[in-house]
Amino acid sequence: MTWSATARGAHQPDNTAFTQQRLPAWQPLLSASIALPLFFCAGLAFIGLGLGLFYSSNGIKELEYDYTGNPGTGNCSACALADQDRAPPLRCSCAWYFSLPELFPGPVYLYYELTNFYQNNRRYSVSRDDTQLSGLPSALRHPANECAPYQRRASGLPIAPCGAIANSLFNDSFSLWHQRQPGGPYVEVPLDRTGIAWWTDCHVKFRNPPLVNGSLALAFHGTAPPPNWPRPVYELSPDPNNTGFINQDFVVWMRTAALPTFRKLYARIRQGNYSTGLPRGSYLVNITYNYPVRAFGGHKLIVFSNISWMGGKNPFLGIAYLVVGSLCILMGFVMLVVYIRYQDQNDEDEEEE
Amino acid sequence: MWRWVRQQLGFDPPHQSDTRTIYIANRFPQNGLYTPQKFIDNRIISSKYTVWNFVPKNLFEQFRRVANFYFLIIFLVQLMIDTPTSPITSGLPLFFVITVTAIKQGYEDWLRHNSDNEVNGAPVYVVRSGGLVKTRSKNIRVGDIVRIAKDEIFPADLVLLSSDRLDGSCHITTASLDGETNLKTHVAVPETAVLQTVASLDTLIAVIECQQPEADLYRFMGRMIITQQMEEIVRPLGPESLLLRGARLKNTKEIFGVAIYTGMETKMALNYKSKSQKRSAVEKSMNTFLIIYLIILISEAIISTILKYTWQAEEKWDEPWYNQKTEHQRNSSKILRFISDFLAFLVLYNFIIPISLYVTVEMQKFLGSFFIGWDLDLYHEESDQKAQVNTSDLNEELGQVEYVFTDKTGTLTENEMQFRECSINGIKYQEINGRLVSEGPTPDSPEGSLSYLNSLSHLNNLSHLTTSSFRTSPENETELIKEHDLFFKAVSLCHTVQISNVQTDGIGDGPWQSNFAPSQLEYYASSPDEKALVEAAARIGIVFIGNSEETMEIKILGKLERYKLLHILEFDSDRRRMSVIVQSPSGEKLLFAKGAESSILPKCIGGEIEKTRIHVDEFALKGLRTLCMAYKQLTSKEYEEIDRRLFEARTALQQREEKLADVFQFIEKDLMLLGATAVEDRLQDRVRETIEALRMAGIKVWVLTGDKHETAVSVSLSCGHFHRTMNILELINQKSDSECAEQLRQLARRIKEDHVIQHGLVVDGTSLSLALREHEKLFMEVCRNCSAVLCCRMAPLQKAKVIRLIKISPEKPITLAVGDGANDVSMIQEAHVGIGIMGKEGRQAARNSDYAIARFKFLSKLLFVHGHFYYIRIATLVQYFFYKNVCFITPQFLYQFYCLFSQQTLYDSVYLTLYNICFTSLPILIYSLLEQHIDPHVLQSKPTLYRDISKNRQLSIKTFLYWTILGFSHAFIFFFGSYFLIGKDMSLLGNGQPTSSTTLLYTTRN
Repeated sequence: MTWSATARGAHQPDNTAFTQQRLPAWQPLLSASIALPLFFCAGLAFIGLGLGLFYSSNGIKELEYDYTGNPGTGNCSACALADQDRAPPLRCSCAWYFSLPELFPGPVYLYYELTNFYQNNRRYSVSRDDTQLSGLPSALRHPANECAPYQRRASGLPIAPCGAIANSLFNDSFSLWHQRQPGGPYVEVPLDRTGIAWWTDCHVKFRNPPLVNGSLALAFHGTAPPPNWPRPVYELSPDPNNTGFINQDFVVWMRTAALPTFRKLYARIRQGNYSTGLPRGSYLVNITYNYPVRAFGGHKLIVFSNISWMGGKNPFLGIAYLVVGSLCILMGFVMLVVYIRYQDQNDEDEEEE
Repeated sequence: MWRWVRQQLGFDPPHQSDTRTIYIANRFPQNGLYTPQKFIDNRIISSKYTVWNFVPKNLFEQFRRVANFYFLIIFLVQLMIDTPTSPITSGLPLFFVITVTAIKQGYEDWLRHNSDNEVNGAPVYVVRSGGLVKTRSKNIRVGDIVRIAKDEIFPADLVLLSSDRLDGSCHITTASLDGETNLKTHVAVPETAVLQTVASLDTLIAVIECQQPEADLYRFMGRMIITQQMEEIVRPLGPESLLLRGARLKNTKEIFGVAIYTGMETKMALNYKSKSQKRSAVEKSMNTFLIIYLIILISEAIISTILKYTWQAEEKWDEPWYNQKTEHQRNSSKILRFISDFLAFLVLYNFIIPISLYVTVEMQKFLGSFFIGWDLDLYHEESDQKAQVNTSDLNEELGQVEYVFTDKTGTLTENEMQFRECSINGIKYQEINGRLVSEGPTPDSPEGSLSYLNSLSHLNNLSHLTTSSFRTSPENETELIKEHDLFFKAVSLCHTVQISNVQTDGIGDGPWQSNFAPSQLEYYASSPDEKALVEAAARIGIVFIGNSEETMEIKILGKLERYKLLHILEFDSDRRRMSVIVQSPSGEKLLFAKGAESSILPKCIGGEIEKTRIHVDEFALKGLRTLCMAYKQLTSKEYEEIDRRLFEARTALQQREEKLADVFQFIEKDLMLLGATAVEDRLQDRVRETIEALRMAGIKVWVLTGDKHETAVSVSLSCGHFHRTMNILELINQKSDSECAEQLRQLARRIKEDHVIQHGLVVDGTSLSLALREHEKLFMEVCRNCSAVLCCRMAPLQKAKVIRLIKISPEKPITLAVGDGANDVSMIQEAHVGIGIMGKEGRQAARNSDYAIARFKFLSKLLFVHGHFYYIRIATLVQYFFYKNVCFITPQFLYQFYCLFSQQTLYDSVYLTLYNICFTSLPILIYSLLEQHIDPHVLQSKPTLYRDISKNRQLSIKTFLYWTILGFSHAFIFFFGSYFLIGKDMSLLGNGQPTSSTTLLYTTRN
């Protein structure tokens, strides 16, 4: 393309890399000498990563106990038998005894797990009113239609918090007791019930309505608790910073799970002697058995777990990396064999050209 | 009322009668015994919308697209029933898509309006109420008398009333209509021819009755009834008095004509096919894919609905204690619930149909098409023209072409004949810089070597080209002319060239000025060869300045000689020669003959026959068009006999043609050979290479031309369309159906017998229409087996018909038409892709084309590089769109198995909305604008690569399945990968808090 500026016509297109489609580009030719090392490197890197993930996941300790109380599974069966009817829940206690032969390294988290519980059912998951939960006084008394049939009581009083999710709040409670010496007394292990919800949830999304005369109870005046609740929402906890809509148990429950088998954080164990973990010895978990799950074939579990840098116990990621890495190496070898086997032929072809 | 509506909508043809009656100047009869006919105005409309119908019409057009209509339905469903996502999630993208498309189409229509306004607003002069009124072209009504000045284009179809000449004749050129460049003479009815002024026209009372508008350019029937002194004179009107819109007045100062067909009813407009929206093959496969996806979608929705109800048979799943229904939900009808569930699933999965596909494709096409205009390789420096994109919808179609139909004149050739060489009395001369130079020193001709030296001096001072060199050796030139006096006289007398007589006064008297004069003279000839020869003679020094009925005037070295023209023995394709008999100033009678060497040489008895024959063969090998010149001196006795026999033959009532042929045979014999000429119909640059490359790319090239058979074949040969080694089959001059069928069968047999060598087929217009009428299949079979086809003597609509025939043949090949004149417009519009060459014959073709380029050779880059890129880009774009939506929506479907088919969405609604219109459409848009999988130079130099993408290969069902399966498998990986990763909702972070909420966001591989 030879042209001078003076000879340029008025309509001559610009000669730039963009207009002439000459933008610099990298078009790698994936020859064996590039692809093979690439495969081996990627394979090795993946295997390394996979091993790391796998071992850190394996290092996580988990201890779980099914306390649904199906016949012959411990002392919760008695409570379970009484659980033929639905709500309102009965009051029943049972216990789980276990012993740790060695230290359960901390920080230890206490979860409860439900199975077959479809928090992700659409009808269920929309049955809430986020404006009400954000503490708007007008919404407090006018719950959204999505909450039906838990929108209003038969008496006409608006339900706060409304909806099926709130109504079905998990209401079993646990206390953990430690026996240091065999035959010794059980000492209660302090459970930290705060800091179990997302920060944004209990500081932004969930707010209590403004206090009336300094009282939360008055703020909720004119509303009724959900039918399954034995007490109103402002009495969920004696701690004024952890009651009402910002009660952390409540907030955790309201963040619905994506799958029918899910765990939710109940408490953290990080105080006093237990900040480094649960020392060896016998333990007792005292369970207040309220929550009916057998009607829909569900199970309730209690889980102790610690976590690592990559979160809870989940060997999947490590295994996935290991599998992909091994495949890479395998394919690399196959290609290497093919390359060596047919290399000579290739050279001949090139010479012919 | 109803009929009026139907008429306005175009359902009923407004004309009922077979003829239209036109009162000239709209002077209706006083007695009122007439039914007024309504005629449309003279507006040419190429735009699609008006301001008021833009919104409804555009919306209607847009919702005719499968995807848009589908999303409209989904949107309405969402408005009506309780669905998992809010109406905004699908309403917003739909609104966005519709708006962007509407803006683009509105802009394009605005451009069309502008060009329409330019044409419709052109000033014209109309005779109204006794005076000449200047008005706009669109205001011409049927019956108006219009005045046209020299070199103006007729604004409507006019019947000639009078011209500035006494006999009422005028010359026009119809180059922009049918490609013929010669001047045509049209005459007015004698009664009106005398009305040469506005005032006298005002007294004319006449009525024209003629047929309703039809598309045939060469047919017109009507009559004019003139009322003069209380009596009516009836005169027949034929095509010779009809001046067509689009033709140009030449050589005549002004004419008056009455408009009979206006606006969209002119023959020119009728020859343009209505602009139907062209759809590319890619768009067609896109629609197929959409339908496949629609089926996938509906089956997924049905499966989900059925599974939902089997699952919900048990109460503990349908209504567990924690998730009770309202009374209303419990009591609603089962069938209604079933339907609304089905619709809800439809809405849930609806994003599997890529809504932004069309809009992204359109943006890609629109933005991508700029690269064509920007390309420097498609820029023609001499004419300062760059490639021009009129429709961006067809970019990728450039990569799919299987047939190229090209016009000849102005497309393959420069539309310029150039005299190159000649052989005079056995000596070969070459024209260099307007001078004849003998080729190689000939021992017996001293001037040969001298002019050879002259040519050297030319090379030395190129800047002062002809003037200086002429002054140094005027004698040589003069001697040359004197020596070969008869040859040059033959060249400048033996022809039927017309001359534009207005500028003749510009010719000076000096002998050398004539060398520069040709530019001032305008010759018009039916054969461009003749024109080139006469021009060449003028450059050498023998200038033809004009002819009237009886005489021909030439200036030999400035000396005027007047020859009396006695007879013209016209050219015909059987004799392949023509002759003139003239009487020289000195009174001798001479016959000059000119024709193909095969028809002249056998008739010669003297002259350098052998040497000339060798020279002619040499010329032909160079691809030049050759003609031989011969003469004969006639004694007065001979002439008398000739004159008598000619007269007899010409006036014979029976078998006139045979008799004439006999007489011609008798006259044209015992000739003295003068020499031969070689004319180059200058091909455009690199035409041969381009055609060769097209052929290598697997594209069949057809040449369609209105030109004569001989000319067409010779150009075809010289541009490499036909090879010398090719076996050329002919299907010409077929007069009857059966004859044509027989010929076709014979050709088919010949092809079968001889399948080793390549075949070329020559068809002419009349034979073609016969072949197409009854024997389409046979004809197509012959055509498919020929590697090159040449169609000559084609009318504009016939060109389009040929293309349509190929288009609808079983393989449904993609066709491309290239042309430069208005006569090519209908074929440009008929073909899948129409390319206009911005040539000499106006910009009619360029305006109506999809792409306009300056030269034929640019076609190779346009197809092999741009076409290839666009195709690959858009194919990947389309496949990716379907892929990404499968990836996106299949997890949603899988998730239903884990949420009791409760139509829970997996994604947040904002994500649903934005996924299609921005997250995933922008990256691929950039890719589809810039991707170059192969270097452009490689693509251009290896046309065979074009075959890789032929037949829409990248969008075949196989590749589509590959992408879809890829999409499904990736969707499975995404879903189950995340499923296992989330596991029991344990923390993925170091703070022990569960991560999941209802919304799991998956990102898709890009």
